[in-house]
Amino acid sequence: MMDDLRELYQEVILDHGKNPRNFRHPDDSNRQAKGENPMCGDRFMVYLTVKDGVIEDVAFQGRGCAISTASASMMTELVRGKTAAEAETLFATFHDLCTKDDDEQGDHGPVDEDSREKLMVMSGVRQFPVRVKCATLAWHAMNAALHGQDSASSDQF
Amino acid sequence: MPNADAILSPALDVLRVREDFPILSRSVHARKGKPGKPLVYLDSGASAQKPRQVIQAMTRFLEEDYSNIHRGVHFLSQTATDQFEAVRIKVARFINAPSDRCIVFTRSSTEAINLVAASYGRTFLNEGDEVILSIMEHHANIVPWQLLQAEKKIVIKVVPCDDDGVLDLDAYRDLLSDRTKLVAITHCSNVLGTVTPAKTIAALAHERGVPVLFDGSQAVVHGPVDVQDIDADFYVFTAHKLYGPTGLGVLYGKYDLLKRMPPYQGGGDMIESVSFAGTTFKPPPSRFEAGTPPITEVIGLGAAIDYIESLGREAIAAHEHDLLQYATQQLSQVSGLRIIGTAPGKGPIISFALDGVHPHDVGTIVDQYGVAVRVGRHCAEPLAERFEVGPTVRASFGLYNTRAEADALVESLLAVKEFFGA
Ligand SMILES: Cc1ncc(COP(=O)(O)O)c(C=O)c1O
Repeated sequence: MMDDLRELYQEVILDHGKNPRNFRHPDDSNRQAKGENPMCGDRFMVYLTVKDGVIEDVAFQGRGCAISTASASMMTELVRGKTAAEAETLFATFHDLCTKDDDEQGDHGPVDEDSREKLMVMSGVRQFPVRVKCATLAWHAMNAALHGQDSASSDQF
Repeated sequence: MPNADAILSPALDVLRVREDFPILSRSVHARKGKPGKPLVYLDSGASAQKPRQVIQAMTRFLEEDYSNIHRGVHFLSQTATDQFEAVRIKVARFINAPSDRCIVFTRSSTEAINLVAASYGRTFLNEGDEVILSIMEHHANIVPWQLLQAEKKIVIKVVPCDDDGVLDLDAYRDLLSDRTKLVAITHCSNVLGTVTPAKTIAALAHERGVPVLFDGSQAVVHGPVDVQDIDADFYVFTAHKLYGPTGLGVLYGKYDLLKRMPPYQGGGDMIESVSFAGTTFKPPPSRFEAGTPPITEVIGLGAAIDYIESLGREAIAAHEHDLLQYATQQLSQVSGLRIIGTAPGKGPIISFALDGVHPHDVGTIVDQYGVAVRVGRHCAEPLAERFEVGPTVRASFGLYNTRAEADALVESLLAVKEFFGA
């Protein structure tokens, strides 16, 4: 039981939760979307700088729990420098990791080992279904921004 | 559970009381080969657990006496109707209403307030008229008035509270004016625990002939309520927080007011005669009870009231007060913990924030220790803004909780702090 907790709140997550990376509003961002969880009031703004189909910069601001903050922080590290298609592959892969058993996860395209390992860190959330929305909040917002939408609400996840 | 509880809190033999609640003996998070943690249920403010007496009364009714009510000449219909109406009388007595004709059964507190907003509000409120609410309202006592605002262009005024969560009576006095047409205020805040001075609130409004609705969803659970002494015009509560079933609420209304109000919904049971030339409606309370009501749930509420009265409402209040004091004292020793809501005479509800740890994370971790608390904004977002806290953790105590459970909460919070190095 406490093992599940350790799995969920790994050191890396606690670290990203406390000291989120890319926690800023870039001057030159050209896409942005709000991610909101009305149940708990968590709210993030995700900023993307997309040029020629490549995410050159990604950052976020807002307030949330350790899980949602860490996930947002790690998301920014993962999708930076990726193409829109690669970012979507990461998102879909991550979503499956958080919500589906190993044998039910689909193949959403190639994900390099390093990225997969980082995504895996967050997947402890699978044992805590009510927290999946926290872990995927910023990812949904990133995805919305990529598609030119201005918000993503966890009511619709 | 240590026996110290029985000695320390003489008002109620809580260890024996706990045996009446089957669910309290279960554990949570049991895994293959590993036992779970005993349930520490500190979320009665959201919904209370049910004693066997309620569960059995509902089962017995379904097995032996169930049928639709008010419509049949057959034996069971009469039996069921008699039992259903007997609960109406019991509810009236429970809040000292002058008559069972003042008791309307609804689906919930939420529906009871919507009923008043739709029926009384639409009929008697017009553009520019003011409704006074307070900052500590549950969304159930905000949104129905906003719907009315959108429709009738009424104005909503909000009574603030101080940093302890005490309602600002001076501000309330100042808000009351010739434009005020209704006051709707909670009798006990579901976040702060603040018990509002209902009698004074009503008296001040009545000086101007303004009726007052009290949201008694939390208040009725924690101590005796006398609607005549308060001189409430409307008083609402919900059965599931009162150790009864879901799907049932109560609206008390002064008969003179109810009599002047048009129906809220149309259907069977609320009419005298129906023709396409025109339909006439029954007097209250039937006028407001369209369609088949939650019959079995009403029987369950009757059993819940019997149960509460068998323990004694003063005894329950004394026990819960002891728990509140003990838990407040223990929680205050947790460094970095800030209690939101410190009004004198408050109910057994403790909302708090823990420095450096988000309530969601607190909730998940203490849950692994078997401790069930509510996290979030508790359906009272304006209040969260007022205290600049965003979401909080809320521990709410009921008649079956123990000091040992308050200790379990504190221990689990210490584990949270260790986890986060907070
Ligand atoms: C103060 C208060 N008012 C209203 C409600 C709504 O009760 P219900 O959901 O049963 O209508 C609640 C409970 O959530 C409450 O605490």
